[in-house]
Amino acid sequence: MLMELAFAIEVLIAGLLSGVMYSLVALGFVLIFKASGVFNFAQGAMVLFAALTFVRILEMGVNFWLAVAIALAVMILLAIIIERVMLRPLVAQPVIILFMATIGLNYFLEGLAQGIWDSQVHGLDIGIPDVPWMSVLESTNILISLFDVWSAVICGILVLLLAFFFQKGRIGRALRAVADDNQAAMSVGIPLQLIWAIVWAAAGLVALVAGTLWGQRLGVQFSISLVALKALPVLILGGFNSIAGAIIGGLIIGATEKLAEVYLGPIIGGGIESWSAYFIAMLFLIFRPQGLFGEEIIERV
Amino acid sequence: MEAALKDKAATLLSVNNIEVVYDHVILVLKGVSLEVPEKGIVALLGANGAGKTTTLKSISNLLMAERGNITKGTIEYQGEPIQGLSANQLVKRGVIQVMEGRRCFEHLTVEENLLTGAFTRSDGASLIRQDLDLVYSYFPRLKDRRNSTSGYTSGGEQQMTAVGRALMARPKMILLDEPSMGLAPTLVEEIFEIMQQLNEKEQVTFLLAEQNTNIALRYSHYGYILENGRVVMDGEASALLDNQDVKEFYLGVSGGQKKSFRKVKHYRRRKRWLS
Repeated sequence: MLMELAFAIEVLIAGLLSGVMYSLVALGFVLIFKASGVFNFAQGAMVLFAALTFVRILEMGVNFWLAVAIALAVMILLAIIIERVMLRPLVAQPVIILFMATIGLNYFLEGLAQGIWDSQVHGLDIGIPDVPWMSVLESTNILISLFDVWSAVICGILVLLLAFFFQKGRIGRALRAVADDNQAAMSVGIPLQLIWAIVWAAAGLVALVAGTLWGQRLGVQFSISLVALKALPVLILGGFNSIAGAIIGGLIIGATEKLAEVYLGPIIGGGIESWSAYFIAMLFLIFRPQGLFGEEIIERV
Repeated sequence: MEAALKDKAATLLSVNNIEVVYDHVILVLKGVSLEVPEKGIVALLGANGAGKTTTLKSISNLLMAERGNITKGTIEYQGEPIQGLSANQLVKRGVIQVMEGRRCFEHLTVEENLLTGAFTRSDGASLIRQDLDLVYSYFPRLKDRRNSTSGYTSGGEQQMTAVGRALMARPKMILLDEPSMGLAPTLVEEIFEIMQQLNEKEQVTFLLAEQNTNIALRYSHYGYILENGRVVMDGEASALLDNQDVKEFYLGVSGGQKKSFRKVKHYRRRKRWLS
């Protein structure tokens, strides 16, 4: 009995920890969606682009932190270029047009990343060992991967930093103002271009961290751009415009995925992990389309 | 006195014969010219679709976001051309627009809304604090509601928030678009009263677009009447209030004695400024 309970906890924790990584990817979407109302289809390609840039710079023998700095600089530069070349000419166009533009951007970035670097699988080792957490294993007999814990900590810190940045201060206030009404924000002198560049740079930072962590696990290759797909159910669950929703949605999706695989898998026949999240998302779309924490639509009568 | 004010004061803003085209095809302003003297209150009057909002937006350069373009004419502020300056640069120079329909940031509190108005300022938190208190002194009601989400405040409070937010930028000139929209008459009066005070005490110049001709003319010094994208009449506010045509077309009173409705219509239709 005790063993079973320990196992259940183990599954739950593993799920929650991987959920934090989903949250991180989802957060990239939320940032851009909040500021411009655009669903950024290219977020997955940005993850790939960031990770590939980082790993290739690292492979050149550059110091780890320098490589982080360079990759980050590249992502910021990319954000500025995207704002200049894509967003600025499309200002005041319907949202669907911007969405189509991000689809184009997605394929462009995928091609660009693999064109500049290459399409081989690159191993990435950022120095966090993927071993069980021994002290916990010995005392409670629960197996937790140290890598999961570390990546959860890193994601957690990043999420908190971003949430704080977007909530407080002059820039945070301006970002939320733009999210509410970008024309009115413009009328009080908030430069939309700057805000968009900041938001895309933040999404680039998120992509870099997500890409690095997933890259260590799966190897840096084309398929890590698909982690963006994992963010979709998280977004539907948590709400497209809620930072808190992205975090909690990620945790819920991560945990249910693993629990469903372990406990429902044998009944239905396995493979549940890969689709349970989408099933939950579908239920949410039917019963609560704005998500758990989707911004309430203020209506005055 | 108002006439004297207009003669003496330097021109702060002059719009010279501008044409505005939306979407490359729709001609909305067909040569609008107007002048706003320093520390004046100038009203821009006219019916729906006359071009009031477009005129204001071409001054504050918010047209871009609606795919509008100034194709002809110039706009000068303090003697310098300001077309092509972004809204951000204009706010820094002291021109700010309060948009029609209040447009508060719904999910921000009233105080956060006000603070967004200070975005372009770099003169330090203590001065911004001071101005926040100043805004609260003009709008005591906002102080009571400072921590409420502005989406849930009343229409009047939202209009006050919008004006207060613009004040936080320390503007020389506020382009006030339709402040009376959707507000109870007493509230409208209150808002205009405050506008007058701001004009007198804080030396803010106002260019006001209004459909409510009566109240707008009572509180302003000078007025322009727009019709179909052209200025069809202008003059001292008091003179416009007395003008027979203005009375009939915009104030809804026809000069004293009753006339047959059919007759009036016929006569006026031939006398319309524009076909």
